[in-house]
Amino acid sequence: MTSNNMVNIYLYTRYERFWHWMQTVLILLLLVTGFELNGLFTLFGFKAAAEVHNIAGLTWLILFAFFVFWLFTTGEWRQYVPTTRKMLSVIRYYTYGIFRGEPHPVPKRKDAKHNPLQRLVYLSLAAALLPVQMATGFLYWGYNSWKDWGVGWLSLELVATIHLAGAFAILSFLIVHIYMITTGHTVFAHTRAMISGWELVQEGTQIEDWEQKKRRAPRPVA
Amino acid sequence: MEGCNRMWRSAAVLLGALLLPAWGLSQTQVLDENQAPGRTMAQQATKGPQIWITADHSLHPVLQKTFSSGPEVTQACLSCHELAAGQFQKTIHWSWLDPNVDPKMKVGKGGLTMNNFCINLQSNEPRCTSCHAGYGWKDKNFDFSNPHAVDCLVCHEQTGTYEKFPTAAGFTVDEPTLFKENGKIFEPPAWNTVAQSVSRPTRKNCGTCHFFGGGGDGVKHGDLDSSLMKPNKELDVHMGVDGQNFDCVRCHTTELHSIAGRIYSTPAAMERKSLIEDDLAPKIMCESCHSRTPHKPGVKANDHTDKVACQSCHIPTFARVNPTKMWWDWSKAGQKKDGQPYKEEDAFGKPKYDSKKGEFRWAKNVVPEYFWFNGSLNGLTAKDTIDPSKTVAVSWPVGDRDDANSRIFPFKVHRGKTPYDKINKTMVIPHLFGKPGSGAYWADYDWKKAAASGMAYAGLPFSGEMDFVETSYVFPITHMVAPKNKALACSECHAKNGRLAHLTGFYMPGRDVNRVIQYLGWTVVFGSLAGVFIHGLGRFIARGGKER
Repeated sequence: MTSNNMVNIYLYTRYERFWHWMQTVLILLLLVTGFELNGLFTLFGFKAAAEVHNIAGLTWLILFAFFVFWLFTTGEWRQYVPTTRKMLSVIRYYTYGIFRGEPHPVPKRKDAKHNPLQRLVYLSLAAALLPVQMATGFLYWGYNSWKDWGVGWLSLELVATIHLAGAFAILSFLIVHIYMITTGHTVFAHTRAMISGWELVQEGTQIEDWEQKKRRAPRPVA
Repeated sequence: MEGCNRMWRSAAVLLGALLLPAWGLSQTQVLDENQAPGRTMAQQATKGPQIWITADHSLHPVLQKTFSSGPEVTQACLSCHELAAGQFQKTIHWSWLDPNVDPKMKVGKGGLTMNNFCINLQSNEPRCTSCHAGYGWKDKNFDFSNPHAVDCLVCHEQTGTYEKFPTAAGFTVDEPTLFKENGKIFEPPAWNTVAQSVSRPTRKNCGTCHFFGGGGDGVKHGDLDSSLMKPNKELDVHMGVDGQNFDCVRCHTTELHSIAGRIYSTPAAMERKSLIEDDLAPKIMCESCHSRTPHKPGVKANDHTDKVACQSCHIPTFARVNPTKMWWDWSKAGQKKDGQPYKEEDAFGKPKYDSKKGEFRWAKNVVPEYFWFNGSLNGLTAKDTIDPSKTVAVSWPVGDRDDANSRIFPFKVHRGKTPYDKINKTMVIPHLFGKPGSGAYWADYDWKKAAASGMAYAGLPFSGEMDFVETSYVFPITHMVAPKNKALACSECHAKNGRLAHLTGFYMPGRDVNRVIQYLGWTVVFGSLAGVFIHGLGRFIARGGKER
């Protein structure tokens, strides 16, 4: 396959890119400070780590509200609806086809950015893992107010343990995620797309009219 | 028009509701934005010198007559302060018994309550009662109702020359007398000078006994020793002569000779009230002047005050200037060199061996041990049954995590070995101080005779079989509050092997972790790493080492 049959499409809007990289920063901060608080290493010192963790967590919580707003006002939530269609072929691709240089069975399009596997993973993240992590984090942060909030019966150990389990799940996601973004047509193709918004996809993919607009198109690939 | 008005009114209400919390917050910061409100409050409470005295005792004719003894001075004092002796005799400073327990129980150091220092007063009175604010408590026949036996001077005189002889049951000497134990010569007081110098008690008055409890500097309390006579702020922010220069009674609020402070199982205060809530409350708690949330708004330490005592973080170590005694092994007493009792000193110049008393260990800059504490200490009496198979707690803090009045509190734990009755399973009161032939250990060096004599004196059974058991005794650490920049860092406790490693029953971030989740979590994380590594390697090999 050569670059001749690739076309540039505008895949990620400015807000999506902001949200993605903002989350990157927050997740890294939270993981580092969180594992420091957990006792894994000393970097910021416990007090600073706790303060950074609290601020990053609350920031994320607030930004997440904007994300949910965006998700529903733009209809983007449809991209997270799980499906089993083509699921098997995606799994087959990553376990077999990718080693043979086969094309991806579900190429990215503006209105279908996620393949069935991604839909499932991102839905689990956005609808389950992250909310659970935020809820337990918020409770952890508000520990001294539990009685006032009427949740004095809660166990800090339970909340902390769920929060830790979530942290491991996110760290594990991060590892796989960072690896998966190297599986584009070049190692940094997906990363570049998340920075500029534009991604090269296989020709023949249905492309909307508006995507043809020459806005900040990157250099044509040689 | 009507509808428009209503709309604006609703908008104003909404705006008000939004701004109200911000306004409330600004109220707590109004005193001084640059420092914690708890400090500002305490500074307000202590500002301005208080000169209340309207009498000059040196002008009183009654204090200019000739005195030949302490009780005569007391009589002169009482000729104006008629109620003073009666007030004083109701307090623990006089009775040495817990006033909140039936006197028949004999709870208190004047009764049967034990310690692991010189163990008990019974049969040893003349030595112990050199620290009694009275004259003549030489045995159990002492008349506690005699007003003239009250010693006003030891607490009130300000010359610093008034000294009770160490073995004279609270009396001074009539002529210069050598105290052989330390080679010091005690002088008879210049009665008129001493009597005319009286004022409110200062650190020196209280420290004369409380800094030397147990028979020497820093023997008992780890946070009270002679370094507090003239401390700097570094040692004690409140008492520092370069700072607030507090006397003891600045916090130990005194009413009618009753001095605020913990008395055995009775906490120093039942409620943690600030002066804002009750301006006549005793100033004995940190909260009295500093409030319950003394740190700047939003500081996490304010959230800790419901479970962690101020002292736990603000007294990083005790005995920071002078060493304090941490270990006293009575079982080693009685060794002799060339048939003679002897003493040895340690690196601090403190006794590490004394044939009379056994082996000692001293320490400086001691990290406290932490326990739940509601302000109440319980202790053993000589009647209580013990379990000698393990360390016997002679005194212990009362408290529990689920008790709203309990806090995690720092303690000095003094450990040692003390004698007990092997058959009756009780601690033993040895007769220590006395003349040769009296059975006193310090004269005859015979434990069985000393135990039999002491227990008989106390009216308690002794089987004749005794041995030594390891014991512990606790002192709450509350003085020697360090400057705020010396307060403990979070990680002193929020760590795997931190200061609170042994306190169980609650989850503490940084210390506790669910092992199963920890193990599973790292398995998943390393599994993911291995997975992507193998997958990536597969891609690399399958493509012959080149990506498109």
